Amino acid sequence: MAIYINDKTRVLVQGITGNQGSFHTGQMLAYGTRVIGGVSPGKGGQSVEGVPVYNTVFEAAEKEAADASILFVPAPFAKDAALEALAAGIKILVLIPEHIPLQDAMDIMAQARQNNAVVVGPNTFGLVSSGASKIGIMPNQYFVPGPIGVVSRSGTLCYEIVGHLTDNDVGTTTVVGLGGDRVVGLHFIDVLKEFENDPETKAVVLVGEIGGSAEEEAAAFIDSSMTKPVIAYLAGKSAPPGKRMGHAGAIIERGRGTFESKVEALTAAGAKVADLPTKVPALVKAAIDGN
Amino acid sequence: MKLYEYLGKELFERYGIPVPVGRVVENADQAAKAAAELNEVVIKSQVLTGKRGKAGGISFASSPEEAKKEAERIFSMELGGFTADKLLVEEKVQIEKEIYLALTVDGAAQRPVVLVSLDGGMDVEDVPEERMIRWPVDVTVGLQSFMVREICRKLGVEGSLQKEFLKLMPKVYKFFREMDAELAEINPLALTPNGLVAADAKVTIDDDALFRHPQLPRIKEKTALELKAEELDLAYVELEGDIAVMANGAGITMATLDMVQHYGGSPANFLDFGGGANVEKTSQALELLLGTNPKVLLINIFGGITRCDVVAEAFSRVRETKGIELPVSFRLVGTNETEGRAILEKAGIKSFTSMDEAVSHAVDLLNAS
Repeated sequence: MAIYINDKTRVLVQGITGNQGSFHTGQMLAYGTRVIGGVSPGKGGQSVEGVPVYNTVFEAAEKEAADASILFVPAPFAKDAALEALAAGIKILVLIPEHIPLQDAMDIMAQARQNNAVVVGPNTFGLVSSGASKIGIMPNQYFVPGPIGVVSRSGTLCYEIVGHLTDNDVGTTTVVGLGGDRVVGLHFIDVLKEFENDPETKAVVLVGEIGGSAEEEAAAFIDSSMTKPVIAYLAGKSAPPGKRMGHAGAIIERGRGTFESKVEALTAAGAKVADLPTKVPALVKAAIDGN
Repeated sequence: MKLYEYLGKELFERYGIPVPVGRVVENADQAAKAAAELNEVVIKSQVLTGKRGKAGGISFASSPEEAKKEAERIFSMELGGFTADKLLVEEKVQIEKEIYLALTVDGAAQRPVVLVSLDGGMDVEDVPEERMIRWPVDVTVGLQSFMVREICRKLGVEGSLQKEFLKLMPKVYKFFREMDAELAEINPLALTPNGLVAADAKVTIDDDALFRHPQLPRIKEKTALELKAEELDLAYVELEGDIAVMANGAGITMATLDMVQHYGGSPANFLDFGGGANVEKTSQALELLLGTNPKVLLINIFGGITRCDVVAEAFSRVRETKGIELPVSFRLVGTNETEGRAILEKAGIKSFTSMDEAVSHAVDLLNAS
């Protein structure tokens, strides 16, 4: 089952001829993803890793319509590429680039809402339904099938957590990277809702960080609407206030979005909060064995 | 990038948003001259810190002599760690009411949001929720008159002030969108006998959109090292401890700092060298860290878009060319980890696969040093 994507999902790669685009096309194919085409304006007719390259998304769709598209184009051109994908009927759009201007991100999200399309990112590692399809840039070897849904704001930290699960023989249904920017397509609540309705997912791991109020909103949803156990890990306990730690998400301002407020909200909602990444697997095992 | 008030106001003027008549001055004599032209004036320190008024960075003068004296005082004072290079000398406006108006980004709604309160001024943070109207705007529709009328109804505003809002708010929205602002805040928005005037301007431009605004000056408010890191497109924050930390991704870098603290060490910095860096950039990040003279170096890599072989290559290159004297704890897993570990082994460098082991080893190294 899994959520959003499965082994039938047909994937297009925008920016396929670039360094990252071509490397990760190879990685996605190796994982088993159905990559059916790539787009790079002016490079139509070439092929990358055996995948045909087209000049436009519409041209690609004339051959075979894709369900999803993953973007590797540079941030200044991402809005145009994203709107092109949405105009051509793409329903799942994965925006890998960081540094996409905020106003552009809001334009993309507005169009996606009108088209009922799902946008993952920007500034995300993408998403993977383990053993079936990976639309993203995460290292293949850690994403093995199992009963746990994972949703994360940050990328590498999510690999860390999933790595610990895998080492402890706990696999995943779907792993979703929300992305680190201030405006992103999916929020914790959207993904928690999907996991709650997915029969294969037995428990959910939520990976959050300081800044913003996404974890507090997730806590309210867990409290009101989740029957499945939720285990959380949050980064940023040691961060000094007022310092921007890397991306737009990770900043504490005006006493909101602190580590303490998030832990408190999640704990009160019944989620278990791990104090180290290594402690996540034991909490997960306890939760699913208890069910 | 935060803009100085005077720059924000220059841009406001271009969008037809009324601002007080003023002069930007660089010394006390110029301030006196401005006061002679404008009569009653307000003198405002041009620093990027809030609470200027409460800290004494804003002052009034009714003669050139007084303006000169006040300007001298403000030039010599430190506000939030900054001293001003410029002051803004403006005609004093007659304020009947202080209003708060801002446009910013509502991440949860994925939209711009208008914030308005009739209780503007110094303590706007304390305004109760119900007296701060929030109106998210769909960008495909834009800020329409009906929305402004609805905001006015919620505020209990009608008549001439509603007309003023109908003229002003769409201009601020247009400014916010076209200038790629993250924040356009006017506090106070002064209601004067001549209508609404932006008595202050707090504008932040989206760093990621600066390429669209080559005409804007680039304003820096960072330490020399942080500036150097910015040149290299690294996310770097100086901290107080001894263990230099380098990792790929903001989340994992923060988690690494948390774990350093958990094991009893103290991090010297936050350095996220991002995703997908090449050998050149990774080497530069390493060299920058080594230049801060930490006692221990902790590298924590979980490769996704970042390739382990690239990091290993950069590390052994810097080690060969610059020499790395201090103890190092290295963790390396993820994309191309076999290749990466082979490079490190060839150079005789041991690496860990677990983050826990690498962090506790780094703290052990610190305690042994």
